[in-house]
Amino acid sequence: MLTFTAEKEINLKVLQYLFDDETLKFRFLTDLQAVHYPNNKGAELAVVYHLHNLADNVRIRFKVFTDISQPDVFSASALYQAANWMERETYDFFGVNFVGHPNLIRVLNVDEMDYFPMRKEFPLEDQTRVDKDDEMFGRG
Amino acid sequence: MEIWRCDDEPVSKSPNLQINELIMSDHILLPEGSIEKQTTTLNLGPTHPATHGVFQNILELDGERIMKATSTVGYIHRAFEKIAERRPLYQITPLTDRLNYCSSPINNMGWHLVCEKLLDVKIPKRVDYLRVIIMELARISDHLICNSIVGVDSGAYSGFLYLMQYRELIYEIYEEVCGSRLTTNIGRIGGFERNFTNTAFEKLEKFLAEYPKQLKEFENLFTRNRIFMERTIGCGPITAERALNYGFTGPNLRAAGVDYDVRVHTPYSSYEDFDFTIPVGKTGDCYDRFLVRNEEMWQSLHIIEQAWQKVQEFKGTEAEVYHADAPAYYLPDKKDVYTKMEALIYHFKIVMGETDIPAGEVYNSVEGANGELGFYLISDGGRTPYRLHFRRPCFIYYQAYPELIQGGMLSDAVITMSSLNLIAGELDA
Repeated sequence: MLTFTAEKEINLKVLQYLFDDETLKFRFLTDLQAVHYPNNKGAELAVVYHLHNLADNVRIRFKVFTDISQPDVFSASALYQAANWMERETYDFFGVNFVGHPNLIRVLNVDEMDYFPMRKEFPLEDQTRVDKDDEMFGRG
Repeated sequence: MEIWRCDDEPVSKSPNLQINELIMSDHILLPEGSIEKQTTTLNLGPTHPATHGVFQNILELDGERIMKATSTVGYIHRAFEKIAERRPLYQITPLTDRLNYCSSPINNMGWHLVCEKLLDVKIPKRVDYLRVIIMELARISDHLICNSIVGVDSGAYSGFLYLMQYRELIYEIYEEVCGSRLTTNIGRIGGFERNFTNTAFEKLEKFLAEYPKQLKEFENLFTRNRIFMERTIGCGPITAERALNYGFTGPNLRAAGVDYDVRVHTPYSSYEDFDFTIPVGKTGDCYDRFLVRNEEMWQSLHIIEQAWQKVQEFKGTEAEVYHADAPAYYLPDKKDVYTKMEALIYHFKIVMGETDIPAGEVYNSVEGANGELGFYLISDGGRTPYRLHFRRPCFIYYQAYPELIQGGMLSDAVITMSSLNLIAGELDA
């Protein structure tokens, strides 16, 4: 699948162009989510869009990277209604602040939660465990 | 169902303040001359017999007419994506069972397919055809539940009972193949855990022989039933443009008139070898969704018949093939583990989750029973996925629910919800 990256300031312009152009016609938002790369300093969070041109059956993947200390990305919810909850989910788990979203609140987790659980700094298991050697059992 | 009237105090100061806050603030003033001065708030769900799952909607009602709806989701969120980041690939299959639990074999196969795409495993034709049989059985079992529940919600219980016995037969086939019924964990990366038994094929033939008659009877009860038609025609409609913008997929999108089906657009598991048609509706209302699902069941039967024919054409050693040759990922036979060195090593490495996955980034989708079920898998070369995202179709199209029911009656909202085929497990991941 063709994958490309753009600056986060122009993500809406790119999406709008892909939507409007008469030959590209990427008018179906298949999926939107984020990935956390803690070692990628200055661009820790990637927001990934999967777009689909249903007429010609072409899929593309589009990524924007953002700094985790200021994770502001423009919201695509005015272009795609489908992006509304997908962006809420991404905010809920990664804390990406979608600028221009009509109702950016948590969707799956409880409202009182004050952290973003899918970020890599929250390990699944108790890190003080000593009975299990992570070298031998999967990811450390 | 509890009703708060506008002039009442909230019943109690519960810790879950959000509901009360919403209720106190969101009344809509009705025009002069209305019987009531303002709307009534009705809290439908999260556990309610008419919603078939954990769905909460806070409705603003003018009499019985819905002015505004607010959906709350996430009551059964189980953090599958986070859990998957610490599990080897084969241990993620049971998580996918619990997404759309009415058709878990499709989720399992979708997961195996995305792994095979990342690992570049070539699947033999016979395995593809066996998978198609299982996936189409799952589609039938999902659609028959959804359609008969639409019947139940519109007041016709008997159709549900007629079809339900055939879901039982489908579950018996799963049981013959993999040993479990609802959350199947069926198959492995590369194929199936064992060959299909003769009993499984006998049950399949029994199903193919008996189900069409029952489905015909079900259609006779509903399709031209005047009461059913008046309850469902024009109820919860959506146009093709809105449906596409809302990210609808599957039967709900096809009922709105868009012929998008992953099985045709991006064939997987040798779907290109089969001859079938994609039913499309026109108005996207409950009746069209019902008709599209019914026709899909006939098409699925047609696909299963073809696949069964093709499976029978394999003779001799070919008929013994039930998995691909991928020793690093496919658990070896138990008797080989005891007698062969390589098998023992692979067995140990697979069970302990010590096999490194090649680095890569793949998206693969299958046509789930209620839409495009996608898996976005990122691997950094470790033993577990770096990131796994499920594209869950009902999470995406449930956003449209307030728009679908606005302006309609409360009883229509219940039918609309069941005809959208919402599965709480998939919605909340």
